[in-house]
Amino acid sequence: MGLVDSEMETLIRSDYAEGFVTQIESDTLPPGLDESVIRTISSRKQEPEWMLEKRLAAYQFWLNMQEPDWATIRHPPIDFNGISYYSSPKKKPQLDSLDEVDPELLATYEKLGIPLEEQKALAGVAVDAVFDSVSVATTFRESLSEAGVIFCSMSEAIREYPSLVQQYMGTVVPHKDNFFAALNSAVFSDGTFVYIPRGVKCPMELSTYFRINEANTGQFERTLIIAEEGSQVSYLEGCTAPMRDENQLHAAVVELVALEDARIKYSTVQNWYPGDNQGRGGIYNFVTKRGDCRGDRSRISWTQVETGSAVTWKYPSCILRGKNSVGEFYSVAVTKGLQQADTGTKMIHIGENSHSTIVSKGISAMQGSNAYRGLVRVAAKAENARNHTQCDSLLIGDQCAAHTFPYIEVKNPTARVEHEATTSKVSEDQLFYCRQRGLTEENAVSMIVNGFCKEVFNELPMEFAVEAQKLLAVSLEGAVG
Amino acid sequence: MLSIKNLKASVDGKAILNGIDLEVNAGEVHAIMGPNGSGKSTLAHILSGRDGYTVNDGEVHYLGQNLLDLETEARAHRGIFLAMQYPVELPGVNNMTFLRESMNAIRKARGEAEIDAVSFMKQVRHRAKQVKLDEKLLKRSVNTGFSGGEKKRNEILQMMMLEPQLAILDETDSGLDIDALRTVADGVNLLRSPDRALIVVTHYQRLLDYIEPDFVHVLASGRVIRSGGKALALELEEKGYEWLQEGAVA
Ligand SMILES: Nc1ncnc2c1ncn2[C@@H]1O[C@H](COP(=O)(O)OP(=O)(O)OP(=O)(O)O)[C@@H](O)[C@H]1O
Ligand SMILES: [Mg+2]
Repeated sequence: MGLVDSEMETLIRSDYAEGFVTQIESDTLPPGLDESVIRTISSRKQEPEWMLEKRLAAYQFWLNMQEPDWATIRHPPIDFNGISYYSSPKKKPQLDSLDEVDPELLATYEKLGIPLEEQKALAGVAVDAVFDSVSVATTFRESLSEAGVIFCSMSEAIREYPSLVQQYMGTVVPHKDNFFAALNSAVFSDGTFVYIPRGVKCPMELSTYFRINEANTGQFERTLIIAEEGSQVSYLEGCTAPMRDENQLHAAVVELVALEDARIKYSTVQNWYPGDNQGRGGIYNFVTKRGDCRGDRSRISWTQVETGSAVTWKYPSCILRGKNSVGEFYSVAVTKGLQQADTGTKMIHIGENSHSTIVSKGISAMQGSNAYRGLVRVAAKAENARNHTQCDSLLIGDQCAAHTFPYIEVKNPTARVEHEATTSKVSEDQLFYCRQRGLTEENAVSMIVNGFCKEVFNELPMEFAVEAQKLLAVSLEGAVG
Repeated sequence: MLSIKNLKASVDGKAILNGIDLEVNAGEVHAIMGPNGSGKSTLAHILSGRDGYTVNDGEVHYLGQNLLDLETEARAHRGIFLAMQYPVELPGVNNMTFLRESMNAIRKARGEAEIDAVSFMKQVRHRAKQVKLDEKLLKRSVNTGFSGGEKKRNEILQMMMLEPQLAILDETDSGLDIDALRTVADGVNLLRSPDRALIVVTHYQRLLDYIEPDFVHVLASGRVIRSGGKALALELEEKGYEWLQEGAVA
């Protein structure tokens, strides 16, 4: 193992700060990946045989794959044998009180206005009876099951609803799709499963918030959402509070299936640990998210606010198979310090009259590097396909970078594809104007940035939008000057 | 209220203000005139705390404090307001939100309570009417896509809402049609009060027909070369600046 590898390993294993000491659980597998590891994962999770076979097939395929190198991101090589692929899902690092938590983290919770009991849950402090998350979750589940909605962990779904999982898992993101998707398909830890029956409008926003106290499944998460004919669901992932995780590599897969007239709205706020001032210890986030508008008039909408992680590699996409189907992608990505993001979307138009909208807002501050990469493909059969792409970059300071890589492939002459791109800077004039009106420089920046992101924030569920604004303000603190 | 003594300042090593003296008392209106490039905007910027200028000499006192020691926003909190020659666009930032944030930032800094939404709305509507600013512009992004005249009216609206102690208007009249000039002047006159001072930078005597100054100063090459009453403005209108500049050299 070279110097870089061993350094990497130290990073992968190191704790982020005092207060995040994780005891090695007895049922944590030693680092390394081979078939026996996959068998162990599957058997500990009491999975059926077919699931094990799927995992093994993905693993075999992965072995012959290469890590992608086309993105604008740079990072030391990842030692995939330096990672432990299974640890007891039940035991999060448990601390006795908030006094043991990194004060900097607490200060940030404070600024974001996160209630005390929630702070405890986020920081991994043992939560007492006052925070009755269990009863909240129970009420929540009751009203869901009345509507016939299934909302559970992926492990549970594999056991309880095997035919649904078998029918849909891997049909949107097959394990052959890419290196990280293959890895995830082989070793995924857990995730979320959602099923909305025909004609049902999910009675509430589904949020991972309600699963906060459950297994720490951040590393290789697997999510599958199925919206049957005429159903509707809005799903919120992540939270604005900074999330720390002892796992440096994250490779999630999210699959969405929308049948005829179904609508899925998927909103993400990603605020994983970005690393220290030298960029050490930050999360590498390699995510494959894809939605399949299988039915006519179906609609899938992705909204993301990405402020965390050292490296973000993420392209939530839509396959617009159904006639008159609609795909949307609204994104805010912030990079500061040494953060790097290469993110965007793919809109694959197959169905007639399919429409897509892309609004991407990249914000770079300090030495941050931000790339938008988007593909709009119109297949030969896709009569009258429409796409509108708006791709804006905002630079704060003069050391940061923004790149735009639009790819357009049109095989049908009736298509109308529009691409607009702008790059602007938070100008000296603007800052002076705001300060002359009594605002601090930080307030001014956050106001200008929020203005810049408005079209995206408007797409977020109300509560989330307010949080996202605060999050941006906190993320960009100290980014000016 | 404001006392400027021998103020010398430069940008990138280029001397722009070469020893300005000016005394402004509460209740007074001072007009500053002078040829293009004489340093009028520079003076306004230095008083309001814009970065990028080096003060090489002199002193500025405002309400008993050394003004040059204060941060830009701290000056705003203490009642200095600059209506800019070129108001800045803030795309995506709602005009009303901006104004309210601004009011509240100033109130907070003074230890006052934030203004509640209802009284704010009432006030802003009332003031917008006074400066004949279309209410639609309140809902748009700050100055974004506003016409030249609309931007200036918006500056005056902000000034009326923020009720500054010392307001500096940098060519607020430039580019306004006659009716707009009238409205803007009316707005400014509404603010005139014994405890407030105004510095009005202008090229046109006409504005001074509406906003009657107590003093008129002529700036040339970074110096006040002549001060007088409002009659001086009329004289300038007739003769231009050259007779003064020649006089200054002599
Ligand atoms: N940032 C800068 N860099 C270089 N020169 C500058 C800068 N700012 C101002 N100047 C110069 O300083 C001089 C005074 O400029 P200023 O804008 O103060 O003039 P003004 O009296 O307001 O003119 P006008 O009537 O045209 O508005 C000009 O020669 C201008 O070019
Ligand atoms: Mg000027």
